[in-house]
Amino acid sequence: MKEILLVRIGEIVLKGLNRTSFERKLVFNIKDAIKKVGIVKVFNSQGRIYIEPQEENLNFDYLIDEVIKIFGVVSVSKAYKIKTDFDEIKKASLKYIEELLHVKKYNTFKVETKRGDKSFPFDSPHISREIGAIVLEKFSELSVDVKKPELVLNIEVRESSYIYSEKIKAYGGLPVGTSGKGLLLLSGGIDSPVAGWMMAKRGLKISAIHFYSYPYTSERSKEKVIDLTKIISKYCLGIDLFIVPFTDVQLMINDNFPNDLSTVILRRFMIRIANTIAINKGINTLVTGECLGQVASQTIQSINATNSISKIPILRPLIGMDKQEVINIALKIDTYETSILPYEDCCTIFVAKHPKTKPKTDKINEYEEKVEYNKLLEKAIDNTELIKIR
Amino acid sequence: MKKIYLDNAATTRLDNLVIKYINDINTNYYGNPSSLHNIGLDSEKIIKKSRNIIANALNVLDKEIIFTSGGTESNNLAIKGYVKAHLKDGNHIITSQIEHPSVIEVYKQLSKEGFEIDIVDVDDNGYIDLSDLSKKINKNTILISIILVNNEIGTIQNMKEIIEIKNKVNSKIGIHFDAIQAFGKIDLYPKKYGVDLLSISAHKIKGPKGIGALYVKNGILIKPLLLGGGQEHKLRSGTENVAFIGGFALATEIAMAKKSKNYIYINSLKEYFINKIKKLQFDINIISCREAIPYIVSVGFSNIKAEVLLHHLEMYNIFVSTGSACSSKNNKKSHVIKAIKVNKKYSDGIIRFSFSEDNTFDDINYTIDKINEIIPKISIKRGVRH
Repeated sequence: MKEILLVRIGEIVLKGLNRTSFERKLVFNIKDAIKKVGIVKVFNSQGRIYIEPQEENLNFDYLIDEVIKIFGVVSVSKAYKIKTDFDEIKKASLKYIEELLHVKKYNTFKVETKRGDKSFPFDSPHISREIGAIVLEKFSELSVDVKKPELVLNIEVRESSYIYSEKIKAYGGLPVGTSGKGLLLLSGGIDSPVAGWMMAKRGLKISAIHFYSYPYTSERSKEKVIDLTKIISKYCLGIDLFIVPFTDVQLMINDNFPNDLSTVILRRFMIRIANTIAINKGINTLVTGECLGQVASQTIQSINATNSISKIPILRPLIGMDKQEVINIALKIDTYETSILPYEDCCTIFVAKHPKTKPKTDKINEYEEKVEYNKLLEKAIDNTELIKIR
Repeated sequence: MKKIYLDNAATTRLDNLVIKYINDINTNYYGNPSSLHNIGLDSEKIIKKSRNIIANALNVLDKEIIFTSGGTESNNLAIKGYVKAHLKDGNHIITSQIEHPSVIEVYKQLSKEGFEIDIVDVDDNGYIDLSDLSKKINKNTILISIILVNNEIGTIQNMKEIIEIKNKVNSKIGIHFDAIQAFGKIDLYPKKYGVDLLSISAHKIKGPKGIGALYVKNGILIKPLLLGGGQEHKLRSGTENVAFIGGFALATEIAMAKKSKNYIYINSLKEYFINKIKKLQFDINIISCREAIPYIVSVGFSNIKAEVLLHHLEMYNIFVSTGSACSSKNNKKSHVIKAIKVNKKYSDGIIRFSFSEDNTFDDINYTIDKINEIIPKISIKRGVRH
């Protein structure tokens, strides 16, 4: 009898011919994320992933914490692995129940069996019935309740057999790296880290870009962005963070454009720089934390104005969400506390009191044509700093 | 390049003599003052001497000085310690609108525990409304606690009058002053006026961070926050930080010796600064009132974000503080700025300049020049055209 972690993978088993490559990627991601926990063997078989400790006293709570952060994992259970032999299963079941009762008092239970190995001579109801009977016989305090049992004893009969009771939910999604690469515009606010997390959940390998306008913003605002990147990088299996020196571009905007259009023009310059960096790095899409109507630069007209200059798609996973929904995710993934630290960021320093909510793209193009900005953008891109966060 | 440090109300650079003395104590006097042997006794002697120096600076008895970990602990101990020891006398506490967070947060906790907190208004210069104070005192009032010199704008309250008003209604009511920005800078006479509790801190006067003291008038009962070995007359358990206590005392000695000279110097520095900054062609509002402590000058700049100005000054090695923890992101304006009703035009752009004897007239000239250069670059209205 050996303690292992049983990992359920949901959606990815449906991916037809891609299935093997998805599973392989997920196994790879799991191995990568749990190296620090200890020595384990990770392998997949029949649409499941199994993690077997290869050392004594491995900290399972720590292991579970790390594994449920990995996208593609639907749920995990700490299970006992035993030989597929009915006597073994019976012995192990009794021992397992005894252990559970030692920790907590239960009154009712039921047994649920899944038989993956059809060569096993007894069918699932038969196994459940017999195990239920011996449990009842040995533990007089327990009675059977098939509708709302306090304790479910799960038995899975496969090449080896497994017994477990608790299922711990993970986030689901797709393994990071199976959906291509994306460059996340990371401001330091509440929204953008959540947007990055959501797209990583759909398998996108995330890099991030931050526009840094010292001394209009502070060293601390940069530290804050690095800290946020560190937090989401646990889910994203590492993030390359590009820090673009943006002060000169921002001053150019402030000098040459009407104040009430400056935010949307600022966004356009960010998209231009992000496009170039993404394309240079072989990244196929941008990701932003935009949310329809949240601020003046996020009306559909403003989004049109910024979208029209991008050569690659811009994904906006938060577009239809309310602020509170975004905050709830930020709290869950632990970015909220860092996001609300009150430092100026590049979007707030020159903000007009009444920015245009329905900017006209033609008009903006006209303004921009009069300004020679290419050299400034090139300089910003050349001086971009890359921080590899792992 | 020389650093021009104008954030002395946040903390000060340690005096070199203090650094040496702390080092000397840590090197040679490592004993626990409570130990019975001579090594312990040597440490105890340092504390005794230090206590005497600080007591003398306030003209109080040695045994009335309790060492703490700093201003925050002194304020906590004064307020919580006093009200918990006077539960039978009432549950009403009076304070002002412009207190330090180390006081405000204590009231928040106490009000959850059933204490009633009444807040006295201040006028546009930050002076508390004395008639409002007198009206708010009732038969359940046990403590009045006021910040003597405000840390954001420098307003100095009238200690004497506040105590007289209190005594007219009921002299038994306890009175605490948070004198952290005042100690070593202006005259303090807690005994003469009848103060019960007074908080002070070392790092505002070139002493080390992490050490402060509370004056507790002889006979005034307070309950300790920390229990243990019974140090500091059982009011503050924990092995004494001998080196920092020594450093605090030396910093106090130096500050007291230079007090009048420094005050005159800082006052002329402040006048010079205000005259020069007023001559700049920008829309500027001096927020600190004329009679405020000269060490602190709060200035409002219209159409400027304080944090942006701060970081531009930092590029030129000039270090200041935003007058409030405000930022356009969370729009949390300082409660002090709100209380004195600063015109909205200036309230996003408030910078606190706080001086020490290390600052020179040249520093002021340089700072004013740089402000003059920076403001046109960062003004929010810049770039508007239609």
